[in-house]
Amino acid sequence: MSEEYDAVIIGGGVNGLGTAYHLGKKGFTDVAVVDKSYLGYGASGRNGGGIRQQWTSEENIKLARESRKMFEDLDEELEEDLEFYQGGYLVLSFDEEEAEEFKENVKLQNRLGVESEFLSPEEAKEIVPELNISDVVAATFNQSDGTIYPFKVIHGYANRVREMGIDVKEHTEVLDIETEGDEIKKVKTDKGEIKTDTVVNAAGGWSSEIAKMAGAEIPNVPVRHEIMVTEPYQRFLEPMVISFSHGIYFSQSEHGNIVGGIGNPDEEPGVNQKGSLWFLKKFSDTLLDFIPRFSGVNMIRQWAGLYDTTPDAQPILGSVPEVERFYQINGFSGHGFMVSPMVDKVTAELILGEEPSIDIERLSVERFEEMDIEEEGGVVG
Amino acid sequence: MTTVVCRCEDITEEDIVEAIEKGYDELEKLKRHLRLGMGPCQGKTCLPLARRILGRETGKSVEEMGDPTSRPPSQPVSFSLLASLEESEVDE
Repeated sequence: MSEEYDAVIIGGGVNGLGTAYHLGKKGFTDVAVVDKSYLGYGASGRNGGGIRQQWTSEENIKLARESRKMFEDLDEELEEDLEFYQGGYLVLSFDEEEAEEFKENVKLQNRLGVESEFLSPEEAKEIVPELNISDVVAATFNQSDGTIYPFKVIHGYANRVREMGIDVKEHTEVLDIETEGDEIKKVKTDKGEIKTDTVVNAAGGWSSEIAKMAGAEIPNVPVRHEIMVTEPYQRFLEPMVISFSHGIYFSQSEHGNIVGGIGNPDEEPGVNQKGSLWFLKKFSDTLLDFIPRFSGVNMIRQWAGLYDTTPDAQPILGSVPEVERFYQINGFSGHGFMVSPMVDKVTAELILGEEPSIDIERLSVERFEEMDIEEEGGVVG
Repeated sequence: MTTVVCRCEDITEEDIVEAIEKGYDELEKLKRHLRLGMGPCQGKTCLPLARRILGRETGKSVEEMGDPTSRPPSQPVSFSLLASLEESEVDE
């Protein structure tokens, strides 16, 4: 079986499908989205659904700010209840030095139009009355942050792009990308060959492998991050609560479940999506320290997903030097969902040769050779 | 007559048939679209029933329907119990 498309998007996660959606909206519908499994098998279907604009780098703040605005209208656009709940993000600090950085972060965020606030521990407790603030030094809060149900977004995009005439091919694994010189000729899959000259690499934790197939190099490394969910309860927690120093995040979904995770600084890189008992112990210890009243709450399920990490924890977007029309939209380092609407829109614009809505030149893979790297300090989990 | 298939998440046979008609035609997709099997029993009751409905509606084989991963724990566990584990018990 041989087919031909104007573009092939590899990865049926939020960024692959979102890019297809923005291409389709502009009438560019001779597109195939391929995924080796079901839609959302990767990080898009394994994350905590956090939508945060409180970042420390200008690029991430702008992308997250514009994306949050787009998420607010996405229910209507996708004709799907996405369960976007804007209960805010409460970021806790446990030491003076970090609290000083928080002040600077808030200044930068405010300057860029994100209305975050610097709070005392007592003010943080007003937002989460159950919070143990004995060691909390300061906090920041932004009301328009929140959480969303990732699968509704993924399925919403998939349903709309199919209506537009874009083909979504699940259980179709890319085996190779054939090039001649610096031009793409074909994408070879386990279901047959697809002729195309344009490929989008939205493969998350598998992005490096895909890039290699086309003869390009990106520095992304997949790293496991674990997560769990409790039984659903009536709402008692408004915001997502996070701490960079503890690596923990937890929130209550609109459905009522507490969803949360904690990072393991010693995690070995590699494709591993298994849950561990170590994680449950570590998460429970830390969670009960933050909110002792959680002690009787039952967790019901744990799983894991991959952060597609880059050396500066910022995404890789746009074209690569080695191959023409090979667009990267990967390396999100754990925050690919929350910036997806704007990033997807810009990727569609690049593919069509239009002026991008936001300048993303600093996020090109070439930054690792040519430009100064500014590391994003606000990664959690 | 309404038949409840997933008691934890209150999902009926009609809900499942409607979702299949919309294209959620694998167990993995039904699970995520409807939260089928995502409640406290973790699908022990509803997934075999949903598999039967999916087979009836689509004619798919067991392999084609997919088999969602059984996630730990097998039954709900409180955070206080998890926190009481010794470090030596959770070494990876």
